[in-house]
Amino acid sequence: MRMLGLTSIVLAAGLALGAPVHAQNSAAPAAAPTPEAAATPAAAAAPAAAPAAAPTPAAVADPTLDASGHPLTKPVPTIGQPQDGLFGLQEQITPNGREAHWFHNVILVPLIVVISIFVLILLAWVVVRYRRAANPTPSRTSHNTAIEIVWTLVPVLILIAIAVPSIKLLAAQFKPAPDNAVTLKAIGNQWFWTYEYPDHGDIKLTANMLKEQSEVAPGQRYRTDADGPRLLAVDQRVVLPYGVPIRLVTTAQDVIHSWAMPAFWVKLDAVPGRLNETSFIIDKKPGVYFGQCSELCGARHGYMPIAVEVVSPEVFARWVASKGGKMPGAAAAPQSTTAAGNDASAEPGNAAEAGPVVNATAAPAVTNKPATQNPAGLGQTGN
Amino acid sequence: MTDTAVPYAAHDTHDAHAHDHHDADHKPGFFQRWFMSTNHKDIGTLYLIFAIVAGIIGGGISGLMRWELAEPGIQHLPTWLGYLHGGDVKLDDALHFWNVLITAHGLIMVFFMVMPAMIGGFGNWFVPIMIGAPDMAFPRMNNISFWLLIPAFTLLLASPFVGVGAGTGWTVYAPLSTYGEPGPSVDMAILSLHLAGASSILGAINFITTIFNMRAPGMTLHKMPLFVWSVLITAFLLLLALPVLAAAITMLLTDRNFGTAFYDASGGGDPTLYQHLFWFFGHPEVYIMILPGFGIVSQIVATFSRKPVFGYLGMAYAMVAIGFVGFVVWAHHMFTTGLSVTVKMYFTAATMVIAVPTGVKIFSWIATMWGGSISFKTPMVWAIGFIFMFTVGGVTGVVLANGGVDDYMHDTYYVVAHFHYVLSLGAVFGLFAGFYYWFPKMSGRMYSELLGQLHFWTFFVGVNVLFFPMHFLGLQGMPRRIPDYTEQYAHWNHIASLGYVIMAAGVAIFFINILWSLVAGRRAEANPWGEGATTLEWTLSSPPPFHQFETLPVIDSGSHH
Repeated sequence: MRMLGLTSIVLAAGLALGAPVHAQNSAAPAAAPTPEAAATPAAAAAPAAAPAAAPTPAAVADPTLDASGHPLTKPVPTIGQPQDGLFGLQEQITPNGREAHWFHNVILVPLIVVISIFVLILLAWVVVRYRRAANPTPSRTSHNTAIEIVWTLVPVLILIAIAVPSIKLLAAQFKPAPDNAVTLKAIGNQWFWTYEYPDHGDIKLTANMLKEQSEVAPGQRYRTDADGPRLLAVDQRVVLPYGVPIRLVTTAQDVIHSWAMPAFWVKLDAVPGRLNETSFIIDKKPGVYFGQCSELCGARHGYMPIAVEVVSPEVFARWVASKGGKMPGAAAAPQSTTAAGNDASAEPGNAAEAGPVVNATAAPAVTNKPATQNPAGLGQTGN
Repeated sequence: MTDTAVPYAAHDTHDAHAHDHHDADHKPGFFQRWFMSTNHKDIGTLYLIFAIVAGIIGGGISGLMRWELAEPGIQHLPTWLGYLHGGDVKLDDALHFWNVLITAHGLIMVFFMVMPAMIGGFGNWFVPIMIGAPDMAFPRMNNISFWLLIPAFTLLLASPFVGVGAGTGWTVYAPLSTYGEPGPSVDMAILSLHLAGASSILGAINFITTIFNMRAPGMTLHKMPLFVWSVLITAFLLLLALPVLAAAITMLLTDRNFGTAFYDASGGGDPTLYQHLFWFFGHPEVYIMILPGFGIVSQIVATFSRKPVFGYLGMAYAMVAIGFVGFVVWAHHMFTTGLSVTVKMYFTAATMVIAVPTGVKIFSWIATMWGGSISFKTPMVWAIGFIFMFTVGGVTGVVLANGGVDDYMHDTYYVVAHFHYVLSLGAVFGLFAGFYYWFPKMSGRMYSELLGQLHFWTFFVGVNVLFFPMHFLGLQGMPRRIPDYTEQYAHWNHIASLGYVIMAAGVAIFFINILWSLVAGRRAEANPWGEGATTLEWTLSSPPPFHQFETLPVIDSGSHH
């Protein structure tokens, strides 16, 4: 019920804002290849030409914000964020997350509870039965080969039983994203996250934690309940579509950070000089999901939250347009026939930056292993 | 194992030569005895006093941390930093001070509390006695091992006064520890680790030499008490692991000060290289802290059950297996650093293997009690508490071993809960068990049984209230090492902080017990534990003579496990 309500809010919002945008959106891809084809050679010579070459999206309103620039989607306290006093894991909204959640809740937790209680019962039994008053004369038994073999082999069998789903889970988590996946590049900085959508043109976001009203000067933006909980809300959420493979690439500008999103079962270190990659698909559960930096990164380590707004692919496309980017999908037919098609489509946007970044974003598309180029410290406009 | 005749003969001559002028209890003057000590028992006492002081400081720091974390928001950090440095405190400095606290807590508890107490304290005191040796193989090296700890600890404690303090976490990950934190504090912390590491390496060499060469006639390796086995294996782990740490942090120093780029990607280095090196040391370090506790618990369980240890050989070789496997599982601390799938699969499987020898130990302890005639003196209740709490910490380790699951738990409070169950409720329970077990032997006074039991139950309730809710915080995603948290984490954090207060009350009872016992405790006989206490220390007076075993004991076959 709750999710239906949320969905209808988003859809209603989309309808209200989006009817003309849809028309623009479907027209835009048709027009896109032409300026792009022209812009690609031009971009190298005059980088500033690339953003200017996409005039249509400039007029599009950000579908995730209301007219005054505040987020339209309000977080729901029961999903995508911690809940007070609970015992278990957060609700999972990715297939791998649900598999891991099942593995943890259905296999691991019952198993460790049973083992702990088994040991507790054995201890209680020997404490009661073999206390000095009940058993004044101790036995001298100090060997029993049979039972020693049993308590060596039974744990081995239990561990093998655990290892099978565990290894399967790992294999699923490492399934590479397909070529048409939406690529999100998360860059850790002391102490905020910047994001890039290398396949969607020159979209860059900087996500700072929102401070409380009491902590900011009058007139400055502060956190409201619509933004999310204290220490978790950010000024610019990352927007991701549901139902579409997402490729997450992480790196860092300064020290190691870690991009963590509990509801996705994703945690990936952002290491300066390396590109780490993982992929996931988000269930059709639009909403706002929160995580926090999970590697000690200095003083404000606790103050660099992560907020993802999950939307429908349609809203995502409009959001991309509103940010001055463009969807690679419409151009996919001619471009993805060449191996580097996807990356090439990203280049005009990134060409505005220093050279190595383009290489860096291209690298993970062809391999699942972390590349070792060094994109950090070169020309990325974090601030 | 069989060629021990020559060293013994040599030692006999040495003893005859050195001691024919005075009796075994001739003690040097105060300064010479405690500052130039070559006596393993005195050095063991120094180590224990050092560990208690460090434990008070490290435990006090964790009290500050729980105080700050009792409620959401930044409550006390600016005030505390104001006391330390004076003047106006900026929020960022206060937040950095939090990182200084967590770093100091970790380093102090690992390097200056658990290790000195387990290995330096109980190891020094009882390894020579248990194998029937008059002293350690290298008494002067033993002394320098201890005294290296003093400058090491001083460097660490002085670092927040000289600079802004080392806020890198006890793991000192690069590049936060290289270009991420300039200033003298981190350099001092690194040098502190160098000195503490050198101290431990020297100690390890001493133990290995002592155990291999100075066993009394008839004390074959397979007759050694399990505590000696545990210290022997621990010494090998120290010897193999600490040089790797030394290399890793030396490269940190040169990266910081001399322009090298071992861990700097922009210079061709790799930040994750540091993590590999650190955890190649760091994981064996975990077993360095817990293995002597295994040994202590084995002695105590056998003593108070009045039974020999069940499956002695299995127990000894389970520790050998744990030590061996402990060297090939390090990257399970790095599951989120971007390892490849095959590496993650290997480290998942290898880590799970450790559960097998650990299970053998748990079941063997219970089997030792099975059929026994158990008395529940204070050391025994600590040992039983150890067995159960270590089981709880162990099974959450099996959860974390799964690389695919760890993506969620890594760097959350679930991990904090896990390692405090194996260390704060494992190693520390082992320390308290050993302390009560050997206190009559070391001091010549009995402790108060009532206070001992009260200490156990208060501490037991306290640490469980303190650490168990951290599992729930971790499962809800709360990251480690943050001074402030969103309101949804308030409930369990508040309960954890209450648990700290209960635990602290337990520690207070412990100190009252020590002081009362030293002043007014009943004189302890040579063997206060009765027929179950079969190891050699119980054949000596309490406290033992200044030099024991001037005539080496002869171990008859079939006794003394």
